This record gives sequence, structure tokens and C-alpha cells, in this order.
Amino acid sequence: MAKMGRLERQRAIQGWLFVSPFVVGFLLFFAGPMLFAAFISLNQWPVLGDPTFVGTLNFQNMLSDNLFWKSLKITTIYTLFSVPLGMIAGLALAMLLNQKIRGMALFRTLYYVPAVITGVALALLWWMMFNTEYGLINGALRLFGVDAIPWLTTTNWVLPALIIMSLWQVGGGVVIYLAGLQGIPSELYEAASIDGATGWSRFWHITIPMLSPVLLFNLVLGVIGSFQSFTNALIMTNGGPSQASLFFVLYIYRSAWLYNQMGYAAALSWALFAVILIMVIVIFRVTSARVFYAGGSTRGGF
Amino acid sequence: MASSEVQKQVGDAPLPGNGMTNASPATRTAAFFSDTRVLGILQKIAVYIILIGGLAVVLFPLAWMLSASIKPKSEIFSYPMTWIPSTPLFSNYPKGLAVMQFGRALTNTLLIAIPSVLGQAVSCALVGYGLARFRFPGRDALFILVLATMMLPSQVTLIPTYVIFSRLGLVDTFWPFWLPAWLATSGFNIFLFRQFFMTISPELEDAARIDGAGVFDIFWRIFLPLSKPVIATVVLFSFVFYWNDFFGPLIYLPSTQNKTLQLMLMNFQQFYTTDWGPMMAAMVVIIIPPLLIFFFAQRLFIQGVVFTGVKE
Repeated sequence: MAKMGRLERQRAIQGWLFVSPFVVGFLLFFAGPMLFAAFISLNQWPVLGDPTFVGTLNFQNMLSDNLFWKSLKITTIYTLFSVPLGMIAGLALAMLLNQKIRGMALFRTLYYVPAVITGVALALLWWMMFNTEYGLINGALRLFGVDAIPWLTTTNWVLPALIIMSLWQVGGGVVIYLAGLQGIPSELYEAASIDGATGWSRFWHITIPMLSPVLLFNLVLGVIGSFQSFTNALIMTNGGPSQASLFFVLYIYRSAWLYNQMGYAAALSWALFAVILIMVIVIFRVTSARVFYAGGSTRGGF
Repeated sequence: MASSEVQKQVGDAPLPGNGMTNASPATRTAAFFSDTRVLGILQKIAVYIILIGGLAVVLFPLAWMLSASIKPKSEIFSYPMTWIPSTPLFSNYPKGLAVMQFGRALTNTLLIAIPSVLGQAVSCALVGYGLARFRFPGRDALFILVLATMMLPSQVTLIPTYVIFSRLGLVDTFWPFWLPAWLATSGFNIFLFRQFFMTISPELEDAARIDGAGVFDIFWRIFLPLSKPVIATVVLFSFVFYWNDFFGPLIYLPSTQNKTLQLMLMNFQQFYTTDWGPMMAAMVVIIIPPLLIFFFAQRLFIQGVVFTGVKE
């Protein structure tokens, strides 16, 4: 860097002063804890009392821990279904909501409503909806002559139930797709129509490529969010039946606050970080050739 | 906006209607005109049917909850179900609120939310301003760090942060919420402020500087008054976040006297499972504030979501 003038240096110092809350916050609540987690993971660390250094024992235990692998598998299966299904449903809904018809503003608002509801109320609502005897879902299925499904009480049905539940909130992602759809220049569609492109080929050759940065954004955030699933499993099934809905973060929570093993829980959180990082890198690698940034920028989207 | 053309991609209309294909000869347009119009109307009807049908499915659970919140136990479980109970049981509401110890839980929730929302707004506005309006070595790297924190799952730092607060004796206090809030720990909020401040013309700033205004004056008197929509967005989003927050209170607030609404709602399920009516009533009450915020500030809300998703 070339020598700065007095005024420039003054501006630089002022700039650093303005961003200093983030610098301190980053050190205290992101970087510091990440490093500290690495240290904790090398110890046997009860919540109260003194830690004992155990080296890589927690990581060795983790690799031979059935529940670690099981929770990783459950979370991965859930992600593999809920994220793509949510994206397809969200995009389809966005395209419907992008039509020019009367009352569209009201439709858009109402479809967004489920996404506003989160946390415990959401989990309790669906816990009751999936109730085998009295739940609304089995009640509706009964109208079609389908026998009551034990959604949350059998190992086979619990993940499908949670995946169905996640689809209820696709309206949240729709606003982002809508903005993306509206950013596609209409000339592209006009030109394609003149060339005789049908609706389907226009969808594949214009809509999808033009939306690819938005799709990538929703994919990455969807995967990260899906790996953080916790509240629903804790409240609706508490990881059951027979640990069939033991999501990864729920296992971290149990290790730390039920089994009092902070060291092991810290090792698990590092594993969570590593898994998510690897998945995000893989997603970027696989899609980099296919994501199209209008205007030739390679740094769009994010 | 491209919507009039975009709409065609879902339908199977072979050519765009409304004669918008300027290049096609007038005769061809005329020949297709009646066909595309019929198709257009059919398509619109189909869209309405799908949208209304889908909406029924989407809103059904909420209608069910609202209806059950004024039903006696026997009627919630009756089949076939009724939408409006024969005798509405509004006493489910006071009952549900009492089980939640509503007054204290609400006070705790607000004691966490209000100072934290304020802290997020102030600290993130300062950082966003610094990133947007100053040039200094390391700025771009810092901005990438801000984006990286948005991607980092909070659970990754949860264990060490808890251990630190625990050793400081701050578990079962509200400090674990207040402290990070005042240190600009929301990448999302910083991003919103930064993007907005970037759009403000530098001439305003230059004029004020020539008049001898200090940097903080410029930030406070010129930039903040202009950024009311962003401030509102940040405040609303943060408030809804703290209102719905569950994991934080779950681990940091073990004693009943400090519990928030979300935690008290969870207790319902454990101790009160036999009677759904009061529980549904409590759920309705907890859902209402975020819903009201969404309905009344919809534009801000959706702009906020879209802004982070598409911009930059």
C-alpha cells in the first residue's frame, strides 16, 4: 500500500472506529469461540468443575459412536428430501404467483403467512396435526379412506412427517424467487417465442439459467438451515421413536446439556461445521459451471 | 417488470398474447389473437383454481388452530370436525395464559428483546456505515467476514459461548442476549445497512463536510434520518427473531422466573397435554405479534428478505 495522506489516514481510522463493534463482536462471538471450541473438544469438560485434557479422545469416540453416524445420516436424509422438494415447490409457487391476475397481492401475502410462524408454536401445531388419533392430517386422510398413519410414533414415518411439515413453509423462499423472476428481461422470452420456443423449453433455457444465482442462494441457505434443524425434533418427538429423528444439533444439545459432556459436544459442533463447509464447497464446485450471472460478473448472487 | 411475458412460461400458450411480438406480421397476430385469448382466460382460471386450492391447504392448519382455541376438549376430538363450536369456549384464553404465567413470561421476553433489538440496530448501523462510506485497508476482507458469519450456523459457537458465559456466572441472566446484540453480531443487519448506505449520494456528505460537520454528525444527522426504512426493517426482523428465539433461552434461562414465552409454551406440552384448547389459545396469542408485524409492514419485511437474496 502506498503512503497515505493525512486526510486519508484520518478517514481510515474513522472507518475502523465505525466497524469496531463488529471487529470486537467477531473476535468475542465468532473467532474466539471457534478456537475455544477446538480447545474444549480436546478435554473432558463438565459444565461445572475442572476440565481434564484428553487429546483427541473425543474425536476418536465420535468416529466409533453409532449415534453420531445415525444423527448425521438422519440429518442428511432430511436435507436431501426437504431442500430439493422445497425448492421445486417454492419455484412452482413463485411462477404461479408471478402471473398478472387480479388479487395477486393478497395471494402473495397469504402464502407467506406460514413462514412467519416459527419456533415452539410451529412445532406444537404440527405435533397435534400429526397426532395419530385426533390429528387433522389423519382426519383428512380418513375422508379418502386411508387408515390412520402413526406419523410421529413409528420409525418409518417420522422423517416423512417432518419433511412434509417443512414444505408447509415454502412461501418464505417464494419472495426471493419472485424477485428473481421479475428480474428476467422480457425481451428474452419474446425472442425465444419468435424462434418458436415452447413454454417448456423457455422454462429450461431461459428461466432456469437466469434464475440460477437465486437457486444457488436458496440451495446453500436451505442446506445450512436444514442441518441446523432442532426445535421441531426436540418438541415433536424428542428424537424418537428409537432415535429415528435424532437430528445432529439435537445430539449436540443432548451431549452438552443432558449428558454434561461439553468436550464431546464441542467435538460434535466442529464436525457440524466441517460437514456444512464441505457441503457448501461441493455445491459451489458442482454448480460453478452451470450458474449464470447476467452481465458477466462472476461474483453475483452472493 | 417482465411479468406479463413471464406468465406465459408456465402455461402452454404457443405465442405471447397481446400482440407484443412486434416482429411478427400483423396478419399472423390477428390469426392467433382469438386463440391466445381463449387460452389466456382458461389459463387464468386454472391459475385461480390452483392458487385457491393450495391456499386452502396452507391456511387449513391455522384455521384449525384458531377454531380449536375456542373449543371444549370434547369437541376438538370429535369427528367429523366442526369449524365453529356450538358454544364458543373463550375461557380457554385466560386459562392458557395463566398456565404460561403470561405476564412474567412476556416481561422476560420483552426485557430480552427490546435492549437487544436496540443494540442490533445501533451497532449494525455503525458497522454498515463504516463499510459503506470509508476506504481503509482490510475493509473488503472485513465485509467478507460479515457475509461468512451469516453462513455460520449458530450452533457451532454455542458450546464455547455457553462455557464462557457459564464461567462468568451469567447463565440465568439476560446478558448472553444483550452482550452479543450490542456488538453487531448480525451479519444480516450489517449487510442491510451497508447496502442502503452505499446508495446515498456522496454529494450530501461532501456538502456537510465542507460546512464543518464531523463524521459522527454526518452519520447521525444525514444518514440515519434517510435510512428510516432500513432501520424499520432491522428492528422488525430482530424483534421477530428475539420473540421466536428458542435455543438461546432454552440453554441460558433454566429457572422458571426467567423463562420466555416460547419456553413457557413448551412446558404446556409436558404438563398439560390432556387439554388442547388452552394450549391452542396460548399458541394463537404467541403467533399474533409476528403476524401483525408482517401484515402491517409487509413491504419492508419482503424487501428485507429479497434484498439479501438477490442484491450485490
